[in-house]
Amino acid sequence: MNLTPDLLKIKNEIEGYAREYGLDFFDVIFEVLDWKQMNEVAALGGFPNRYPHWRFGMQYEEIAKSYAYGLSKIYEMVINNDPCYAYLLYCNNIVDQKLVMAHVYAHCDFFKNNIFFAHTNRKMMDEMANHRSRVIRYINRYGYEKVEQFIDACLSIDSLIDIHAPAIKRESAFRTEEQQAPVVRKIRSKSYMDKYINPPEFLVEQEAKMKEKMAAEKRFPPAPVRDVLHFLLVNAPLESWERDILSMIREEAYYFAPQAQTKIMNEGWASYWHSKIMTEKALHPSELIDYADHHSGTLATSPGRLNPYKIGIELFRDIEDRWNKGKFGKEYEECDSIVEKKNWDKKLGLGRQKIFEVRKLYNDVMFIDEFLTPEFCQEHKLFVYSYNLTSEQYEIADRAFKSIKEKLLFQLTNLGRPIIDLVDANYGNRSELLLKHQHEGVDLRIDYAKETLKNLFRIWKRPVNIDTVVGGTPKIIGFDGENFREVTR
Amino acid sequence: MTSKVEQDVARFKDIIRGKVKKELQKFITNTELIGKKGKDLITIPIKQIDIPRFVYSDEQMGGVGQGDGEKGDSIGKGGSGSGAGDMPGEHLLEVEITFEELADLLAEELELPRIKPKGKEDLSSRRYKYTSIALVGPESLRHFKRTYKQALRRQLLSGEYDPENPIIVPYREDRRYRMWEEEVTPESKAVIIWMMDVSGSMGGEQKEIVRLEAFWIDMWLRKQYKKLETRYIIHDAVAREVDRETFFHTRESGGTIISSAYKLCQKMIEEDYSPSVWNIYPFHFSDGDNWSGNDTDECIKVLKENILPACNIFCYGQVDSEYGSGQFIKDLQAAFSGDPEEKVITSRIENKDAIMRSIKDFLGKGK
Repeated sequence: MNLTPDLLKIKNEIEGYAREYGLDFFDVIFEVLDWKQMNEVAALGGFPNRYPHWRFGMQYEEIAKSYAYGLSKIYEMVINNDPCYAYLLYCNNIVDQKLVMAHVYAHCDFFKNNIFFAHTNRKMMDEMANHRSRVIRYINRYGYEKVEQFIDACLSIDSLIDIHAPAIKRESAFRTEEQQAPVVRKIRSKSYMDKYINPPEFLVEQEAKMKEKMAAEKRFPPAPVRDVLHFLLVNAPLESWERDILSMIREEAYYFAPQAQTKIMNEGWASYWHSKIMTEKALHPSELIDYADHHSGTLATSPGRLNPYKIGIELFRDIEDRWNKGKFGKEYEECDSIVEKKNWDKKLGLGRQKIFEVRKLYNDVMFIDEFLTPEFCQEHKLFVYSYNLTSEQYEIADRAFKSIKEKLLFQLTNLGRPIIDLVDANYGNRSELLLKHQHEGVDLRIDYAKETLKNLFRIWKRPVNIDTVVGGTPKIIGFDGENFREVTR
Repeated sequence: MTSKVEQDVARFKDIIRGKVKKELQKFITNTELIGKKGKDLITIPIKQIDIPRFVYSDEQMGGVGQGDGEKGDSIGKGGSGSGAGDMPGEHLLEVEITFEELADLLAEELELPRIKPKGKEDLSSRRYKYTSIALVGPESLRHFKRTYKQALRRQLLSGEYDPENPIIVPYREDRRYRMWEEEVTPESKAVIIWMMDVSGSMGGEQKEIVRLEAFWIDMWLRKQYKKLETRYIIHDAVAREVDRETFFHTRESGGTIISSAYKLCQKMIEEDYSPSVWNIYPFHFSDGDNWSGNDTDECIKVLKENILPACNIFCYGQVDSEYGSGQFIKDLQAAFSGDPEEKVITSRIENKDAIMRSIKDFLGKGK
């Protein structure tokens, strides 16, 4: 449903405020949905058209149930697309709609300007609909079960992508033959001595040896590959429809990656601006209590959960404050007096400029790495928790700045997923696949890993292995189509 | 926007049904279900269906939280940081399905055929339901919403509608009225006559089996017939009619004269249930330890002459018990093995796990 006249008026008002503050966004198309439609769109990840898959049904059931029991309610949803699509819940109060609109404009500004979104397809709405019709075509041709099983297998490995690929040009996995041509190095010598110092027979022998060694060492791929999906797309024995589906899943994975990469910043930015726009401009006095209620609801924290909205907004405010007062740089860092540091104010007024810069150039890892301060951790009572095997529950483990930052960065690195490379596609000279998990102190969940190997086998069609560490022991776990095998390395 | 997610939901439910089906045996023998009715929701815990990926194990992961508390304070079992998993160990998904669905699943799993009821086709009932809309009718039946919609539609089409001032005025021809429709439903009637041996040899476990089996059979037949009556007979050396409660809970002792129950059953049929109208299902459960061979002959005679001609099928379920000789089932099988109509169905129920098979024995023929 399109906006009603009242909502349209509000939209124009809020859009005006957002522009005044310097937010720069695509056109935003608001659609008003009832709660059922809202749950539906939410289950499909915000897109009205996705390919058919049971997990959307599962998500729908979950969302619908928790809505029905009053456990959660989706206020707003916004899609990274040009124009940007956003959904409003029909039954919301006017004050909620205002808040949501302000929030949406900030999200849209973030999508448009943050560098990590630069590679995303801004016509994803259409692309998703295309994916749907392609998958439906394959279903009609090859049968529901067959296509579904293949999609399941692809989804199972859709985390094996290189989230930095759009920004970094990695060494090509496909070297040309000339680069590898062996050249035997000669020892420098006078010309009349040359055939004694570098005997020709020896040179020939050496060259043959090097060639032999090279052939033996010839690895495929020559360098580890992070974007396993791409490797499979090129090299796995797939039928064309399977290749197409794998490419769609890969495309969607890359499209969604920046949203996971900037969750804290994105929500922080949107919350910062809805709060700014509402409290400074849009809020009617009579709406104050409702606004405060909902705003605090969004930012609420609970011990076991770090609310990205809360951390994000507070960090942005902290940055703004620090750059306004000049609390940065060598002089500030090296100041020993706590009192002096606390009252530090050089009246620079660079805050607003700085946060716009941060929203353009940072992702969550960089954001936390650079702007999380000991003072911030203390003020916001952050802590690290860990699982206690004896009491079988999570317990507060540490409040030290270093551990908090380490843990947070660990959770955010590679979207909180284990870092896995494909190192050998001809493992054991038997065209087996070997993945290598860069173990950083946390094991893989083994039952999941084994099921994932099964799915990978379905795509590679030869045995697949993963090199990892289980309980301190380096192991290679493999699946050969029927059985699992574990070799201690 | 049309609903795209519906088929995904349907597919997801299909997958769930598959999972539930696999573990049906467990639910069938779950006595808590007894007493549930069609629309009642049943919560079934099944293993989470998830797409497996390479993920970190939860135990070692931990996370960052926010709030007060000393080192070592518990923050609960379900703590989840941004990006970390939530609960350790098995994830259980609670699925709610209606009791009806569960019964359907059972029927599907056992491949129970739909029963072709006998009885007169023309025996039907009529009902009037206000499910239709008419252009004329009494003002008291005016359908306000439809009328309003019609008026709104007309105003939109004619351009009279002003979104700034949305006032809708219905004309005479916009009015819509509720109208009735006649519903004719053919009716078939059925009666189950439950008979149970409550002699000393039938222990608690045996009764439990009978109870569970009776519950599911009752459930299935209820789906097949709009009107289902149930009668209960218990017997040791003598038979008497009791109510449902007593049927399942009495513990008597004494000898076993099965013919007493069959004679009472025969009397019931003759008095209350004319075979031309009623589908009659006598079920008899016993441990098969009849008093004497003479009485068994008597039973067979009553069955042959009086009960079998009147009923759809006659089911005899024999529950294994420590004391009984279990002779009766053999005698029945011997006496009726040549029966072309196969009206007598016997089944041995060794333990709880055999209940499903036994239900299939009884109802698998679709009579």
